[in-house]
Amino acid sequence: MKAISFNFEIHQPMRLKRYRFFDIGNDHYYYDDFLNDDIITSLAHRSYIPAAETLLRMLSDKEHPFKCSIAISGIALEQLEQYVPEMIDLLRRMADTGRVEFLAQPYAYSLASLTDPEEFALQVKQQSDRITALFGVTPKVMRNTEFIYSDDIAPQIYAMGFKGVLTEGAKHILGWKSPDYIYSSATAPKLKILMRNPKLSDDICFKFSDTTWPEYPLTADKYIDWIAATPQDEQIINICLNLDTFGGLQPATSGIFQFLEALPHFARERGIEFWTPSEAVAKIKPVDQLVVMHPISDADEARDTSAWLGNQLQNEAFNKLYSIAERVRLCDDRRLKQDWTYLQAADHLYYMSTKHLADGAVHSLFSPYETPFQAFTNYMNVLSDFIVRVEEQYPLSIDNEELNALLTTIRNQAREIEDLNREVESMRKNIEHYNEEHKLPEPPKNAKTTNGTSKKKTTGKASPKKVNK
Amino acid sequence: MKALMFGWEFPPHILGGLGTASYGLTKGMWECGNMDITFVIPKPWGDEDRSFAHIIGASQVPVAWRDVNHDYVDSRIGRLMSPDLYYRLRDHIYADFNYMRTNDIGCIEFSGRYPDNLLEEINNYSIVAGVIARTINFDIIHSHDWLTYPAGIHAKQVTGKPLVVHVHATDYDRSRGNVNPTVFNIERDGFLHADHIITVSNLTRATVIDKYGIDPAKVTTVHNAVVPLSPELLNVEVNKPKEKIVTFLGRITMQKGPEYFVEAAAKVLKNNHNVRFVMAGSGDMMDKMIELAARRGIADRFHFPGFQKGKQVYEMLKASDVYIMPSVSEPFGISPLEAMQMGVPSIISKQSGCAEILNNVIKTDYWDIDAMADAIHAIISYPSMYNQLREDGLKEVAGITWDKAGAKVIDIYNRVLG
Repeated sequence: MKAISFNFEIHQPMRLKRYRFFDIGNDHYYYDDFLNDDIITSLAHRSYIPAAETLLRMLSDKEHPFKCSIAISGIALEQLEQYVPEMIDLLRRMADTGRVEFLAQPYAYSLASLTDPEEFALQVKQQSDRITALFGVTPKVMRNTEFIYSDDIAPQIYAMGFKGVLTEGAKHILGWKSPDYIYSSATAPKLKILMRNPKLSDDICFKFSDTTWPEYPLTADKYIDWIAATPQDEQIINICLNLDTFGGLQPATSGIFQFLEALPHFARERGIEFWTPSEAVAKIKPVDQLVVMHPISDADEARDTSAWLGNQLQNEAFNKLYSIAERVRLCDDRRLKQDWTYLQAADHLYYMSTKHLADGAVHSLFSPYETPFQAFTNYMNVLSDFIVRVEEQYPLSIDNEELNALLTTIRNQAREIEDLNREVESMRKNIEHYNEEHKLPEPPKNAKTTNGTSKKKTTGKASPKKVNK
Repeated sequence: MKALMFGWEFPPHILGGLGTASYGLTKGMWECGNMDITFVIPKPWGDEDRSFAHIIGASQVPVAWRDVNHDYVDSRIGRLMSPDLYYRLRDHIYADFNYMRTNDIGCIEFSGRYPDNLLEEINNYSIVAGVIARTINFDIIHSHDWLTYPAGIHAKQVTGKPLVVHVHATDYDRSRGNVNPTVFNIERDGFLHADHIITVSNLTRATVIDKYGIDPAKVTTVHNAVVPLSPELLNVEVNKPKEKIVTFLGRITMQKGPEYFVEAAAKVLKNNHNVRFVMAGSGDMMDKMIELAARRGIADRFHFPGFQKGKQVYEMLKASDVYIMPSVSEPFGISPLEAMQMGVPSIISKQSGCAEILNNVIKTDYWDIDAMADAIHAIISYPSMYNQLREDGLKEVAGITWDKAGAKVIDIYNRVLG
């Protein structure tokens, strides 16, 4: 038995507006609303919506059973809710078929897993809660930002209650091994690892409409043939694509939607099923342990984290950002928290890459900036302003630990006051009942309305004893 | 292959970028091997590097026959030219130029600079070129900049050998559009007679095609390069002030956009006081700039040290944290490359030719003072920005060498010669 597990990713960052250093301290709105609206709306109409409609048809086709999984970042969800709410409806209808699984990932599409376990856990929870609230299903398998995974991250994922994780079938990790099996983590043996098949995924993603490719044109028939031709015991083929591959990277005119829709037909002919990642994790036993010392990802030739943390610019931005993480978590300001989320998106670091040649071309394809230096300058200016705002929340002279202790005290006291107030309230009611029952004369009532609270309290505190007795 | 080149300046006696570029290119071509280059300049001083090209000084080429003996010639010009070559040249005088002002050995004197009678000197240079072209043997003629185009055309008409003209600048760049008609005509004449035109950037290429109406097929861009700096210059000692230093180096003229630098400086100083600005150089807009800096109230942080030469340039760069070149129109602009060699991050205008080949610099529009101020702020405030630009800049500029440019020029020669 062989199965295909399709995973579609939806993510769009909140792109920053041109933010000059003299705006620092003066302007606290960082986003290019027009650009963000424009990109997500046009992409939704070109790609997300037609793709979702196609998938919905495939999911409802009882004759050719189809299943897939979707991963969507919190930032993308927010933008869809704001600019393209019809897409949310489509996702909900997909969820209603019961044949779609939603995967967990950090809400902010951040690299928190590389540096800040607490932030990572918080964001994954935030994302899972959001998915549950919107679609009524709770993620059970993790797909980290850009498939980032390492031995350090594995125990964190397992501790959050996930049974499986989807990551990149990176050649330098797998060596001669195939990505089409399930592996287990070296540091969290109960955590199962699903691996993206890079060749079969990229054939659709990058090569589908490439006329210089010897395999052009790629048909569903041929594609399923390739999958059927893989060795008998390779059971699970993970095809992971950005949803905007359909209609975005590969234009609708290339026939990509028809290709997608035809897949279940040919799959059934050859006895290949479609599974969701949870199914795969539940049904298949791991063949081996996988040691991943250094983080892997799906980006660039190197398949490591160098796309985001490959040069000094990126490292400074990244370190500066997470240097204030603890402080931000102590704050309650909602706008501050929101900016914190948006600023963490890995995309901002991706734009700062100074890689050239083939990788550089991919980087600049997605970047709203002309050069990595511009990307860095703009981001650092925004971050500088953000840091100023965080510092304004609480004086810097108090360190995090002390501040945390103080805040805890304040919160505890607030709770105590609340409790006491509630007690006072109930006592007061008791007195009223008591007074009504015993039909006391008017004067005390007048005293209640005109006199200060101190008197009330004294009477209140005195009376319960009487009542209790 | 033998090439006859006409140039105007040659190091170490240079007045601008033309000499540096001619020198670098000639040397680069020689490094490619199999090139025999004769380089003609108006007035050699005797201390030029002659290891890779035969240098002929126009001031030593006879245009009128004088009966002078070997010893006399040797004592007069032996330092600059061998008497044998003098006699060979004397055998090829093609007309009677006795009406011209010639000296005791029948040569015309040249200043080798840009004197008031520049047009006369250009004409004389072309007369001399006729003698040289008749004397020596070569396959191709190469003229550097408009001053030598008439000489190149003359040599072509005499010998029928193909002419390549090298455009280091056009009058459009120098005048911001208000061209001098005489210069324009000399330039256009050179372009029309040329079998091929080499421009130092695509920007200049576009100017040649659009403003001079030249067939794009015969215009090719060969970007300039830099000669590696000597360890002595790389390690110059300077006392660095405690503030950050932002430097502008160049002629303070309309073409170089100095006013945009002052405005950007005013913006930076509004928020950041740990910085000083230096505008080194001289030019017709200097007084205006001093006044502008005073009007913006930043004169205490904005300095005008005047024209810098030789080693001073490198001392200035060594002390700098940022180099800026906001040129309105720059055919190439070699100075940011020198700043990068000294490890100074550079900000250049997109209207500079060198912006076409540089990656590890900040590029802004010359008029975008906001972007310029922002870039200055980023480099002086974020250490990683400074380091990244510095380190990658050093690597990048080390790869921009003249032998690559030389190979491209030789390629063009081969194409022209069929």
